Amino acid sequence: MSFTNHRKMQLYGALLLLPAAVLLTTFAYLPTVTTVINSLFLPGFRGAPTEFVGLENYQVLFDDPTFWKVARNNLIYAVGTIPTSIALALGMALFVNRKLRGRGFLRMAYFTPTILPMIAAANIWMFFYAPQIGLFNKLLGMLGFSGVNWLGDPSIALSSVIVMSVWKEAGFFMIFYLAALQSMPPELKEAADLEGTSRWSFFWRVTFPLLMPTTLFVLINALINSVRVVDHLFILTKGGPNNATNLLLYYVYENAFSFFDRTTAATITVVILLVLAVVATLKFTILDRRTHYQ
Amino acid sequence: MNTTTSYAPRSRFFSTPALETVAAWLLAIIWIFPLLYAFWAAFHPSEFMVNFELFAPLTLENFTNAWSQAPFARYYLNTFALVTGVVIGQFVVCTLAAFAFARFPIPGKNVLFMLVLIQLFVFPEVLIVENYRIASELGLINTITGIGLPYVASALGIFLLRQTFKTIPRELEDAARIEGCNWLEILWKVYVPLAKPTYLAYGLVSISHHWNNFIWPLVVTNSVESRPLTVGLGVFSAPETGVNWATVSAATLLSIAPLLIAFLLFQRQFVQSFLRAGIR
Repeated sequence: MSFTNHRKMQLYGALLLLPAAVLLTTFAYLPTVTTVINSLFLPGFRGAPTEFVGLENYQVLFDDPTFWKVARNNLIYAVGTIPTSIALALGMALFVNRKLRGRGFLRMAYFTPTILPMIAAANIWMFFYAPQIGLFNKLLGMLGFSGVNWLGDPSIALSSVIVMSVWKEAGFFMIFYLAALQSMPPELKEAADLEGTSRWSFFWRVTFPLLMPTTLFVLINALINSVRVVDHLFILTKGGPNNATNLLLYYVYENAFSFFDRTTAATITVVILLVLAVVATLKFTILDRRTHYQ
Repeated sequence: MNTTTSYAPRSRFFSTPALETVAAWLLAIIWIFPLLYAFWAAFHPSEFMVNFELFAPLTLENFTNAWSQAPFARYYLNTFALVTGVVIGQFVVCTLAAFAFARFPIPGKNVLFMLVLIQLFVFPEVLIVENYRIASELGLINTITGIGLPYVASALGIFLLRQTFKTIPRELEDAARIEGCNWLEILWKVYVPLAKPTYLAYGLVSISHHWNNFIWPLVVTNSVESRPLTVGLGVFSAPETGVNWATVSAATLLSIAPLLIAFLLFQRQFVQSFLRAGIR
């Protein structure tokens, strides 16, 4: 390829990239930079930054017990949803990977919640959690127990939110396990059968280790989701009672659009971005060592 | 039924596969139950929400109530416009960028590509405050463009298409060039047709994502004219509005029906597309 031709190709390639570059700069890179900048300034008129205060906003944020409560909630939310939904997803995938009566229906039943908007799922679960006429309390009543205020009691509201999230997510992760299971060489199973290996030890010694990359992949996705998904809070709890179910991104939303405090919102956003950066680094170093991005 | 039965315990009833079938079905029933319950509630008079009776009289009143109490027709139109616009925009912008990454010598290409991949983690909704400010400076508040534009340059789309384009043999490209095609013609006549399965997979994932998206559309819109179904439903079913549950169930079903029907009809394609888009 001649030199001028090469230059021409470079220019052409750059032009092809231009629309994506402009949009990514506008809605990803620029807002990231301004968020970081806003977190270093005091807010002024209409939330515009005025005086540079360095890390003072972070100091204020870290001294605020509400922030720690929300961060702790998010941690509990992650710990509560991720292992459960991954374990259920694996179980579901193992179920529907074998020849089972009604396999098509089972797959559909597990996967359907994935297709629903979170907001619709939350609407449906409101019927279960409502204190007076909700289904859960009616079932408890039939068994002779008194009802529970599933979303109104600070000590169990977060768990109620977690249960719904697990229901929503498990089927999505099942798909990845199912694909991994189906790509496993059947000779392994045949060899294990010849040696009389029990199904239990075959699972722990062969299947589970071979599924490790899938588990890591699903784990990364679940981690991202746990800081990103907040839609259900709008319907179920609005972060209450007394911030018992507030999560980081919802707290950002509240600060920015209910309290009109853009500086605090920016500061919390930077914390979220740092968490996401850690997850991204994990993904690119551990998980994708063998895949090529070049 | 099962290849392992020869080593499973002899008793048929207590053998693991039978227990497994029961467990699998139990789990499936639990998983599908919330949706079935919403169906039941939507088609029965609201007084039966309190006193559950499986064979209570059927009614369509909840749907007519919901339809008359909120402008669902408008919401449908908005969601449809949004999803169509976003997917077309994504296809165009991501195709061009993916083609550049796959076939053109660009200085610092790898660094640029890593920069694009950052968007897999830093979504528009995480940067909601600054994106809102930018959208308002661009005059995009309360517009369907405002809801969709931040998602058009999708890292996932660029990545998936680039991977597909890279697998297409150069010989096909050379043949097209001998016939006198320029770059855009080569892209349109060689690369795009061969990447059809990727477009289908990515399109389905994108449609379901934008049909379901909530927080960003909620922030950007403030009137009926631009609200998509999810935001309309969220406003409609807020506890403060005092709408009864049977009506909320009907409204919920109205909002999810098109996507749910599409999913039931094209289940396999949906599942495969989620898988294809997920493996990155």
